[in-house]
Amino acid sequence: MGLPKYTTDIVRAGLEKRYKREAHFRRLGVAAIVAGLIFLSILFVSIIGNGYTAFWQTFIQLEVHLDASEIDPEGTREQNVLAAANYGGLVKQSLRDMFPEVESRRDKRKLYSTVSSGASYMLEDYVKANPEQIGNTIQFWVPADDDIDMLMKGHFDRDKPESERRIKDDQIAWVDKLVAEGRVESRFNTIFFTAGDSRDPELAGIWGAATGSFLTLIVTLLLAFPLGVATAVYLEEFAPQNKWTDLIEVNINNLAAVPSIVFGLLGLAVFINFIGMPRSAPLVGGLVLTLMTLPTIIIASRAALKSVPPSIREAALGVGASKMQMVFHHVLPLAMPGMLTGTIIGMAQALGESAPLLMIGMVAFIVDVPGGVMDPSTVLPVQIYLWADSPERAFVERTSGAIMVLLAFLITMNALAVFLRKKFERRW
Amino acid sequence: MSATALLFTLALLGVFSYWLGRKRSFAVVDGQAWKLHSLPSYYGFYTAIWCGVPALLITGLWLFFEDLIITHLVVGQLPADVQSLSPSRLNLVVNDIRNMVSGNIVSVDVDPTMQAAADHYIQLQDISKAALTVLVLIMVIMGGLYALRSIRKDKQARNAVERVVKVFLIASSTIAIFTTVGIVFSVLFEAIRFFETVPITSFLFGLEWSPQMAIREDQVGSSGAFGAVPLFAGTMLISFIAMVVAVPIGLMSAIYLSEYANKKVRAVAKPLLEILAGIPTVVYGFFAALTVAPFIRDTIGSTGLDVSSESALAAGLVMGIMIIPFVSSLSDDVINAVPQAMRDGSEGLGATKSETIKKVIIPAALPGIVGGILLAVSRAIGETMIVVMAAGLSANLTANPLEAVTTVTVQIVTLLVGDQEFDSPKTLAAFALGLLLFVVTLILNIIALHVVRKYREQYE
Repeated sequence: MGLPKYTTDIVRAGLEKRYKREAHFRRLGVAAIVAGLIFLSILFVSIIGNGYTAFWQTFIQLEVHLDASEIDPEGTREQNVLAAANYGGLVKQSLRDMFPEVESRRDKRKLYSTVSSGASYMLEDYVKANPEQIGNTIQFWVPADDDIDMLMKGHFDRDKPESERRIKDDQIAWVDKLVAEGRVESRFNTIFFTAGDSRDPELAGIWGAATGSFLTLIVTLLLAFPLGVATAVYLEEFAPQNKWTDLIEVNINNLAAVPSIVFGLLGLAVFINFIGMPRSAPLVGGLVLTLMTLPTIIIASRAALKSVPPSIREAALGVGASKMQMVFHHVLPLAMPGMLTGTIIGMAQALGESAPLLMIGMVAFIVDVPGGVMDPSTVLPVQIYLWADSPERAFVERTSGAIMVLLAFLITMNALAVFLRKKFERRW
Repeated sequence: MSATALLFTLALLGVFSYWLGRKRSFAVVDGQAWKLHSLPSYYGFYTAIWCGVPALLITGLWLFFEDLIITHLVVGQLPADVQSLSPSRLNLVVNDIRNMVSGNIVSVDVDPTMQAAADHYIQLQDISKAALTVLVLIMVIMGGLYALRSIRKDKQARNAVERVVKVFLIASSTIAIFTTVGIVFSVLFEAIRFFETVPITSFLFGLEWSPQMAIREDQVGSSGAFGAVPLFAGTMLISFIAMVVAVPIGLMSAIYLSEYANKKVRAVAKPLLEILAGIPTVVYGFFAALTVAPFIRDTIGSTGLDVSSESALAAGLVMGIMIIPFVSSLSDDVINAVPQAMRDGSEGLGATKSETIKKVIIPAALPGIVGGILLAVSRAIGETMIVVMAAGLSANLTANPLEAVTTVTVQIVTLLVGDQEFDSPKTLAAFALGLLLFVVTLILNIIALHVVRKYREQYE
């Protein structure tokens, strides 16, 4: 070959290698994006794969004889008499009638546990609502116990040796018999959407937590939106350029990056211990989340105000508006879509937040659905955390189900924000 | 009246007074509105402000101090032997009384003095409510009358209203400062109390963390050890793993999206990656504990290595996934801020695209990228739910990512969740850890923001 004559030869000699490197680099970039998307899809597949069954629940049909001498011997049909009857006994009696061959105490107890412990309360509610049925024999659907539910959904391996299974052979035999008689049905799980928390997975629902989330978010919205917009308006339109304004801006930027759990510590020390507000209350949760989301709202609102062109301001001032009128009659309405978008994103952030709420005691086991901002309650993400900690197999699917509901809310909120931005975006 | 009913009444009265003020302004100029100094609605607002604001302030202060004063009065009425109890016992008694007042179950059998105290409490509450209602109504009427009387032709109502609005705006903007001050003081005070019992050096440099406190004096291991080094090590380990995942993927996807991808790919891939940022951390935690940790245990465990089911690797990996969009969008910003002229110059000299990126764009964007990574590190250090759900509780001092470690945030949560007394070192330790967390993330953020800002100025 000898020495190359021209520079172009040197370049040409290295060209192939350089193009290879180029292609390699490009592939790395594609690989990074693909990796990110793969993680995303694994996450969704794993959650949905575990959770979609939570929306169905196995029900068992019992033949219950509503014995008048048991429920209402005097025939008064008064609510408090009806409430005092032993409905658990009726449910057990019905199970014994269906499986007369079960005799030993231990086996009977196992038999009783095939239906949910909530069955007796449902029967009670039914009888209270339909007192004319007393004395009749009715077909009554009750939710199955969570283990039976898991068996029906195929989460237990029937081929494993009996000692390694939660469900024993005789229980499987009973369930199979019920299935053969057409007494087992999979229904849409309304309990999951209408009940509060419970230790029994088949009776546990997200309504209590969802209500808590709603109350907390309302408090957050009512406080954070006006305060955030007011701060943004002051900083963009009125604040003089001085040290004090700088200090405020530095503070806002720093608060945006403070770990959320630190806001929880603030809530615990100031709102609960110093001011003496009740623990676990949506009011305190809302206050903490307000402080946490304020920076997001302020930063978005300032950007929205900045995008309103100065000519609008000058025109308003030119026809004799005061500065306050200029801001509130002209600039603010034009910046409102941007502010609302920022607020919705801030609210979505607040809806998914759980760490600071753990600090202020919103992790308690609360069965009742909260009725106001001072009632103890929990929120959806914390409910997910609590259920994720529960050992029962059935709580895995319910946790995933609750996550799906939470994600649905978040996606809706973010989609709304994108829609607002697209619809009202104005280029000046 | 209850507080809600009172607020509702106030709102109604405010609307009514707006109407009155507006009407009055017309009346003083015989319906010739152009003679007024301000628009008629400003006279309405002026009246409403005089009606509502003083009354609202009074209500706020009253509700804030009501409980304190009533408790003080009730305690003053208690028999002397109860009053001479230690403050914490007295606190319990007061709690019992409050529970009786609200009709909850009480921990002791109802004895007559307690019942009397509870009755006294209820009585005082009723008096306070009635007094507040009367006071607020008087304030509203006096304020309204004053405002209505002062409405004249040349009354500068607009200026007065605007001054009040401006005060509100300024007050809102100071909340950020109060929040920071609140955070600093709330963690600082408790942390100082903690350092009174546990010396700061043994907290910062101690190698053992076991915050169990003794129930009995002579219990074995009763002292409790508060050496935070294992927590720092665990936090660093998990954050490091997260960064190893997030930085290459985030950076490369940002480069690809801003330099190579066409508009279509960009429009699809970018929002999809940003979904990762919008997923709540509790979901990541559940994902880590349920899917990733068992997967890692089974795959790596099958090679014969000993893997904990709460391994640092699982938590770090998932945390890394969470941070990818954060790194990616911050890098995207700085890469886009590099002037096009630099790309054109490099490519004009014959460099390939990847050479331009490696030799020109990344060096130019480096300070911004570093700033972004620092922000991501501070994010990882402060992240709570993933580690609470997927990392362990035992403080191991190890660099092995397959073992279980614990982090600062996990310990804060475990120390503070559940029942607690507020003066045990165990609880106070959480605040000391919180102080540390706040200081470290603050320093990281300040450095990062400084670096990013300084870099931006170069090209503007």
